[in-house]
Amino acid sequence: MSATQVVSPHSEARVSPRGTRAFALRVFSGDRIAQGVVTASAALILFLTALLVYELWVNSHLAREKFGWHFLFTSTWDPNTGVFGALPFLYGTVVTSVLALTIGVPLGVGAAIFLAELAPPKLSNALTFCVELLAAVPSVIYGLLGVFVMMPVIKTYLYPLLKNTLGWTPLFSGPFYGVSFLAAGIVLAIMILPFIVSVSRQVLLAVPADQREGALALGATKWETTWKVVVPFAKRGIYGSVFLALARALGETMAVTMVIGNTPQIKASLFAPGYSIAAVIANEFTEATNDLYVNSLIELGLVLFALTIVINGLARLLVMSTSKMSASA
Amino acid sequence: MTEAARLRTRHLVNNLMLGTTGVFTVIIASLLLFILGYLLVNGARNLNIAFFTELPKPVGEPGGGMANAIVGSAKILGIATVIGVPVGFLGGVYLAEYGNRGFAFIVRYVTDLLNGVPSIVIGIFGYTLIVLRFKHFSTLAGGMALGLMMIPIAVRSTEEFLRAVPNGLREGALALGTPKWRALATVVIPAARDGIITGIMLNLARVAGETAPLLFTSFSNRYWSPGIDHETASLPVTIYNYALAPSDDWHRQAWAAGFVLLMLILTINVSARLILARSRFGGGR
Repeated sequence: MSATQVVSPHSEARVSPRGTRAFALRVFSGDRIAQGVVTASAALILFLTALLVYELWVNSHLAREKFGWHFLFTSTWDPNTGVFGALPFLYGTVVTSVLALTIGVPLGVGAAIFLAELAPPKLSNALTFCVELLAAVPSVIYGLLGVFVMMPVIKTYLYPLLKNTLGWTPLFSGPFYGVSFLAAGIVLAIMILPFIVSVSRQVLLAVPADQREGALALGATKWETTWKVVVPFAKRGIYGSVFLALARALGETMAVTMVIGNTPQIKASLFAPGYSIAAVIANEFTEATNDLYVNSLIELGLVLFALTIVINGLARLLVMSTSKMSASA
Repeated sequence: MTEAARLRTRHLVNNLMLGTTGVFTVIIASLLLFILGYLLVNGARNLNIAFFTELPKPVGEPGGGMANAIVGSAKILGIATVIGVPVGFLGGVYLAEYGNRGFAFIVRYVTDLLNGVPSIVIGIFGYTLIVLRFKHFSTLAGGMALGLMMIPIAVRSTEEFLRAVPNGLREGALALGTPKWRALATVVIPAARDGIITGIMLNLARVAGETAPLLFTSFSNRYWSPGIDHETASLPVTIYNYALAPSDDWHRQAWAAGFVLLMLILTINVSARLILARSRFGGGR
């Protein structure tokens, strides 16, 4: 290729006494070094990620060998007798994440519709800026607000309301102490809102204007245009934003640890305290007294890793396919 | 239903639904205002000079501060930047300027994957890789955990801003006979400088509040932590510990620390966005 063309005028130098110098020049030329350095950095990223997976795998071998797949399907978590099952944590992670999506998706997509379709560009940009700042608030601060502000509010207002209207369903039965699946789900919902809003708004804005114009020209109202034309067009991107938010919710640690109650149990009621994968790792890792205990916690980390990788991958595929669709339309 | 009635219903639905989306937006925006306002009032009220200058007092004794946690956080973030930014930056240069083959696809994919790893899992990695090997918690381990978290974002922002540099600049420099590396170092990268710096600032603001990766890497410490080889207090972990401690005085200090941390993060975040907005505006000339 071009490399041979560049070298060929100097090929005589190779046989001359100065051949070694020419060789050194070629090897140490700035371009080779620069390319070498940046490529090495890229390779280092691959190496570190591989090392992360390797460390999780190797350091969970005791638990994997002892419990096998039962680890995921048993619900006893007893450090004293050395029996570890991940089911209560999986349950807590899934329940709180689903609850977060149930609250967060309608709110977030609704706001995204407002910001993309209705608000004048200046207002839309200003509000989007605010919403994106919400994403910058550290999770431990959400936890702080959750413990001292949100839980008392739920206890005084939301709990009696839910108890009186929906108390007959198993979802809203039993006593409420503050720490609960419900509290964790609400905190998570607030935390994932910025992702849903900002990604959904982007994909809505990417919908070609002639789609809207066509519907409006046929006499559709603004809402009909939005709901029956624009949103379906951006559907996959919106699903993508939901999956992205789900991945966040699954891996979220501090805020959940502070409000979920840290009790390994599987209860249908959202008022009951529970536990999540990330929370049990955060809470018990430094207290774990023997190797099997630590290995079980690391295996939980491995499970969480695998879960978020799959969800993130799906999210990216969906967002990518929408942007392609808009580009081709 | 008559045609007129149908039309009325359709307009009613239109106004109702569009109104609802507006209400949702107001709810979300007011959440931020509430969070800011609450922390401002509660945090500023509990903030005093001792918070910045004194060590924590034992449980039950009122007073004391978080001087060690502030210094600890600064050290951890310094190490994280030194580790994460160069690797991420060079990786981004690779993707934008050299990467057009299968390897670049893999690098991009794995970088995204690394970005999606939950922070608590990064904490486990820091623990098994460094704490287990050195047999004790350390500032270094915390810094490396956060540094690893900085890499993917540094890669993505560097790549993005380098790609935004017009190709004419590259071609002009190369046409003058400049080697590619000099063209990059003296023309292309300086052209993307504002963007890259912004990316680093946003990146730093993001990891500054991370708690989970520090829980079992830098751990916590009631005293000063000399050098980088000992466990250290940090603002986020101290907020977590204080919030759950059964002491009203510690709760007040947790609010003060939350206020300081959030102000720090929002200041970096907002000024980074302002730099970016200004340079985009200037770039439009």
